[in-house]
Amino acid sequence: MDFTRRETLALGAGAAALTLLPAGAYAATVDELVNEFTGGADVADGGVNLDAPEIAENGNTVPISVSADGATAIMVLAAGNPTPPVATFNFGPLAGSSSASTRIRLAGTQDVIAVAKMADGSFARTSKEVKVTIGGCGG
Amino acid sequence: MAENVKARVRAPRSASAGEVATIKTLISHPMESGQRKDSQGNTIPRSIIHRFTCDFNGENVIDVKMEPAISTNPYFEFEAKIPEAGEFKFTWYDDDGSVYEESATVEVS
Repeated sequence: MDFTRRETLALGAGAAALTLLPAGAYAATVDELVNEFTGGADVADGGVNLDAPEIAENGNTVPISVSADGATAIMVLAAGNPTPPVATFNFGPLAGSSSASTRIRLAGTQDVIAVAKMADGSFARTSKEVKVTIGGCGG
Repeated sequence: MAENVKARVRAPRSASAGEVATIKTLISHPMESGQRKDSQGNTIPRSIIHRFTCDFNGENVIDVKMEPAISTNPYFEFEAKIPEAGEFKFTWYDDDGSVYEESATVEVS
């Protein structure tokens, strides 16, 4: 059982969060998730590209793509979903570029947020509103 | 083991050394989010694929932590460097402990 660096960081962040909050009071809000990802570092605006449709007809499969030059990891959050985390892309040594595309679920009209971790340890974020006509996440 | 899980990957069969290629992957999986309710109003428990990795000759290309907000039949598109001939290995990790694997061989011309 060897932990990756990310898991170790997550464990550390989780432990820190637990010491600060009484048990049961932990609600994973977007800000908390971003803090967990960045370790409380400052986050610059811009530097991350987030492609998502203005209007998603079907919230069950919303195509998104993220890219950020020189990012080692990009985290995607859906601020209005019952569970905001969407995915974290970690780019390895053979990644041709720091970009990825996938399809996500959105419960309703909301902001989608992408936070990138750069190789030099700085962070950047961007967000984009997606209007959803039919909500996803199941009824 | 979720039923009828079938992985499909699209990677180039041949490339020139050092080329950057676009890789597309899809795996058929219901990705039960834990938010849906059955006809009695009981929540259907979460059962998703929570991690996807792609390696080339044992070196990591991308490692994705997946959450319930990833759609049914998770699709990923990304770019990979192909330094020499070898094999892509794609791995999906299911909540239920199953591991799905797929590979693609690349020749260098």
